[in-house]
Amino acid sequence: MLRGLDKSKVKAFLFDNIVTIIFVVFIIVGIIASSELPLSFYINELMARFFRNAFLVLALIIPVMAGLGLNFGIVVGALAGMLSIIAVRFFDGGGIVGLLICFLIALPLAILFGFLTGKLFNKTRGQEMIASLIVGYFADGVYQFIVLFAIGGLITVAAGHPMMIPGGVGILATFDMGAHASQISEMSDQVPGLKYALDWIWRLPFSPALIAIAVCILIFVIVQQILAKRNPAWTVKKPWVFWLNIAVCIAIILLGVYGILFPRGFLWGIRDVPMVTGMVIIALCLFTHYFTKTKLGQDCRSVGQSQHIATVSGINVDRTRIIATIFSTVLAAWGMIIFLQNIGTVNTYAAHRQIGMFSVAALLVGGATTAKASVKNALIGVVLFNAMFIVSPAIGRLFSGNEGVGEYTRSFMVYGVIGLSLGLYIWKGVKAERDKNLL
Amino acid sequence: MTKTTAASFIKRLPIPTLIIGGFWVFILIFGVTQGLPLSSLLTDTVRRFGMWGLLVLAMVPSIQSGTGPNFALPVGVVCGLLAMVCAIEFGFMGAGWLTASVIMAIVFASILGLGYGKLMNAVKGSEMTIATYTGFSITYLFCILWMTLPFTSPKMGWMLGSGLRNTIELGTVNANQIINNFLAFDLFGVKIPTGMLLVVFGSCFLVWLFFRSKTGSAISAGGMNPMFAKAAGLNVDRSRIIANIISTALGAVGIIVYSQSFGFTALYDAPLMMAFQAVAAILVGGATAGRSKIIHVIIGTMIFQGLLTNTPPVLGRAFPGTDLTEIMRLVVGNGIILYALAQVKRGDK
Repeated sequence: MLRGLDKSKVKAFLFDNIVTIIFVVFIIVGIIASSELPLSFYINELMARFFRNAFLVLALIIPVMAGLGLNFGIVVGALAGMLSIIAVRFFDGGGIVGLLICFLIALPLAILFGFLTGKLFNKTRGQEMIASLIVGYFADGVYQFIVLFAIGGLITVAAGHPMMIPGGVGILATFDMGAHASQISEMSDQVPGLKYALDWIWRLPFSPALIAIAVCILIFVIVQQILAKRNPAWTVKKPWVFWLNIAVCIAIILLGVYGILFPRGFLWGIRDVPMVTGMVIIALCLFTHYFTKTKLGQDCRSVGQSQHIATVSGINVDRTRIIATIFSTVLAAWGMIIFLQNIGTVNTYAAHRQIGMFSVAALLVGGATTAKASVKNALIGVVLFNAMFIVSPAIGRLFSGNEGVGEYTRSFMVYGVIGLSLGLYIWKGVKAERDKNLL
Repeated sequence: MTKTTAASFIKRLPIPTLIIGGFWVFILIFGVTQGLPLSSLLTDTVRRFGMWGLLVLAMVPSIQSGTGPNFALPVGVVCGLLAMVCAIEFGFMGAGWLTASVIMAIVFASILGLGYGKLMNAVKGSEMTIATYTGFSITYLFCILWMTLPFTSPKMGWMLGSGLRNTIELGTVNANQIINNFLAFDLFGVKIPTGMLLVVFGSCFLVWLFFRSKTGSAISAGGMNPMFAKAAGLNVDRSRIIANIISTALGAVGIIVYSQSFGFTALYDAPLMMAFQAVAAILVGGATAGRSKIIHVIIGTMIFQGLLTNTPPVLGRAFPGTDLTEIMRLVVGNGIILYALAQVKRGDK
């Protein structure tokens, strides 16, 4: 009897987390297949990709809350970010000030784009996900018209600008973000650009950074536990979860101490941690997490649960959905700027294309569904998804002696994951409906 | 008399069709004023119409069955590609190659179409989203296959290493434009690919005929009102599967017609975005996500593909050095899909 119950529980667990499990297995096989590479390679790659992508993935959470599903339309936000970078780089802007101007220019653009996208989602109710995908392609077309044709074609610009195609119409296919201030020798009159403008404001070596982060999490966990016990409205975490969190934090701190004491140990060769980027990501995590507790967040959740009930209880459903879309679009625009300052060169016509797809896939790998996504899902997802990217060439080599296969496997996993997790979720809903009708 | 019927026909066309159609006519006239011969512009249009005809026709069964436009067109396309590649591998040439390809394409498409139809029944209500990702995934799944399947024909492989080439010349199996050249003739300088047009219009007629049959009308009824169709004793799920098999098969044969006119078989990620162009074309023709007719296929393919194929030479002459085709394809194609999505009326959940 008990065993039967356990079996069905295990089955349900496997079924609910199938996408995450597939990824974990894939990554483990990949790591075994490429065991000749040092640990520092994986950590460096993963860290770079994590700080680059986490913000964009977090931008997806609020629309899910509001029942809009997975917003592939963050591409539109990413385009706002690209436009603002083009504007700033066109006038050779750079450094921290240049970066802040980028964020500032992106804000109104993204609010406008988000407003229009939100309006569209209200018109395509029930089909938001496919609409968000298509609106990304549509916006890509408009963006290309502006960047490839309007700049120089309709708006006259100074001839011979280094960012322009030699004919004078359109921006070059790739342009440079400019070097970071610390890379420029004092003798040269070069002005600092946007590369690493955020990442290199403050860097810490890996081990101290580990300790710092673990201590912060430790304090956060303890404070939350104390507050939760005092405030009856909050849910108190189970004691074992609480103690497990504390144990993990202490283990990380010990690891950091080991790294400092034995600089040539197995943590050797790991690059410095971009602290400010990390703080920005943590700030967004906290914002998203506590957003649910605000009036607007509560409205979003009730709209997400049932538009009908939300309307009856006096919530302006359409307005709430538009605001949720605007939030997502603005965050995506900023996320894109963070992404590009890390990459360093801008692929004018391609950098934004995969943003929506990859971010959604990452969120789903982290265990989110169309109707439920949390900060935890986003962070786990970014790690697993990017780990998959790192090991997939090795997988290709393992199975066919051809790295190209790994590249296609990667794309297949991206689209397959989205299809599989969306499909399973919808299928569950259809099945539940059918069972209800049968009863 | 004919004039008034033509006028009333135009009046009945939806506004987006008129706008995009007007745009195409404008491009044609503009091209002529720029000194481009109208005959060469129309030759391009007719050829592209034939190439895309079957791929756009593949939308009709799935729309009629209530599954919505077949965003998973790549499922059919990869079946057709696999059939063509197999036919080359088995050493078929010319007409034999064509026959073998078409037969194999239909067999492969029936198998995959069955699975795809079942999938669509499992995800009712979100077919379009899931179909899109099914199409994307299968394209990349086949990318892996193109690299790893043990084909040996020297016509398709790389000089070094394993895997199939990105594009395979059909001239090597004497199949370059094999359908196009059948009974082809010139009409005022416009090359008419008679064979290809016969295939397209013949298939349109067959699909039209099919929807007059018992099974066909059951599919339409199920798409129009599934509850009512069920109450009338029709098996809606089965109808949807049949419709999707037909749609997939049309996609598979469609890519063969496309490839022979193109002269190459394009593998790897070439099918990735094909569905969007086909969906856009039928919507331009006046179809909605829930209802479509053969006439929508013909008008839509003509206008949309005409616009896309005539834009580069005309605007290229007016503004040298710029290529607005990609932009046009993205904006017009996805704009019309968004417009159609906004027309879908769904209840509050």
